Amino acid sequence: MEDKPVATDKLSTSRDWEPLIVAFFCNWCTYTAADLAGVSRMGYDPNVRVIRVMCSGRVDPQFVLDAFAHGADGVLIGGCHPGDCHYVEGNYKALRRYLLLKRLLRELGIEEGRLRLEWIAASEGEKVSKTINEMVEQVRALGPLRLTRKFKEWDAELAALEAEAQSEEVAAHA
Amino acid sequence: MPDKPKIAFYWCASCGGCEESIVDLAEDILEVAQAVDIVFWPVAMDFKRKDVEAMPDGSILATMVNGSIRTSEQEEMAYLLRRKSQILIAYGSCAHTGGVPSLANQFSREQILRYVYEDAPTVVNEQRVRPQPRHQHNGTAVSLPEFRGLVRSLDQVVEVDYYLPGCPPTPKLLKQAVLTLLSGNLPPKGTVLAPDTALCDQCPRKETKPTDLKINEFKRPHWTQIDPNTCFLAQGIICMGPATRSGCEAQCISGNMPCTGCFGPTSRVRDQGAKILSSLASSVNAREPEDIEKILDGIVDPVGTFYRYSLAKSLLRAKVTR
Repeated sequence: MEDKPVATDKLSTSRDWEPLIVAFFCNWCTYTAADLAGVSRMGYDPNVRVIRVMCSGRVDPQFVLDAFAHGADGVLIGGCHPGDCHYVEGNYKALRRYLLLKRLLRELGIEEGRLRLEWIAASEGEKVSKTINEMVEQVRALGPLRLTRKFKEWDAELAALEAEAQSEEVAAHA
Repeated sequence: MPDKPKIAFYWCASCGGCEESIVDLAEDILEVAQAVDIVFWPVAMDFKRKDVEAMPDGSILATMVNGSIRTSEQEEMAYLLRRKSQILIAYGSCAHTGGVPSLANQFSREQILRYVYEDAPTVVNEQRVRPQPRHQHNGTAVSLPEFRGLVRSLDQVVEVDYYLPGCPPTPKLLKQAVLTLLSGNLPPKGTVLAPDTALCDQCPRKETKPTDLKINEFKRPHWTQIDPNTCFLAQGIICMGPATRSGCEAQCISGNMPCTGCFGPTSRVRDQGAKILSSLASSVNAREPEDIEKILDGIVDPVGTFYRYSLAKSLLRAKVTR
């Protein structure tokens, strides 16, 4: 059976596994800070894929679950410090969702360290690099999550029957 | 007499409530029976699998399958009915999104079998006998279906054309669906045959839902004197209404019980549980982590509450470390 990993799973299926982290950074603080880290030539681990959102309050819990389901080993959310939200309340909403989502993830078998929320102001380029490096180490210690691969394994029990049904169909149309 | 269109009903991992809802058509069932031939309905009529196997492919106009898929036999029936039917309809929450049975996806096959055949307090099984797919009994080979590692929705096993949501779907929606099928004027494939708005939109208590909802405490319905005229969320009772499709005519609400989410999400939502989580959490009236946690402690079973009918179709599908 062919077993082509999808593009998003490339890192987590390679022989030397490297953690893959999806980061949602808010436009006004954390993304700007990541920019600052860049122009200041601060290095950080290349394991992170940054997605810019307008506010940490825009991070729908579906985005986090979808990232895990597509092969992320960890998800990092970055927003403005409490009181600094460009939209006044967005980061508080993000905090509440994050705390409830952590409870849900725990029950669904995803370790605490795979989801992190951090307040990083536009001036804190260094904190971006430190947070990313820390998280990469933490997720490295936890090991791969590899949900794309797991889903395939779970569905292997369906494959035999499906193949049989398909061959019957081919025979019926021959 | 020209042949009437053929309809079939089948059940997989379900409680029988969906079958009941078909009977709930009451007098209307006569109208349906007049317009169509029911060619297969194990719960009510004496047709066997071999009768279905003998039918030409695509000879059934529509088959409604209720129940989720847990065993190899249910898979085989799903494939068989798919092949014999022009239109396959996932009928009810279990076939649509996994339903209550898919909450078992929080446990491994081993955990489930051990509990059911060994550890449950009502079980006496000193030899720890477990059902086997194949067994020799007095020289005769007997077999049982395989118990799969996961509960699945119907569309995780075969292609599905339409969905009738609900636990169970209402007779009104069923009647509408049958009339639509007979009219030949079919909606696009994949359509859920119910309105595409959230339940709140049709809720008789809509006017009492605050625009800026603030939840100070989550209360459990059985410990609370519930005001029959005020929005459940405004009373601190978890109601799945904001993340659930309408079409049930707010029956639970009218019975003074909150929505538990059986109609599944609307078409814009991929993961019903994540969406209600998002909505509830954002309404929690606290800003400090420890105050927020204290309020969240009131949600005793997040998975069972948010995914009561939809764990199989959620983004993670199951507890990932079963």
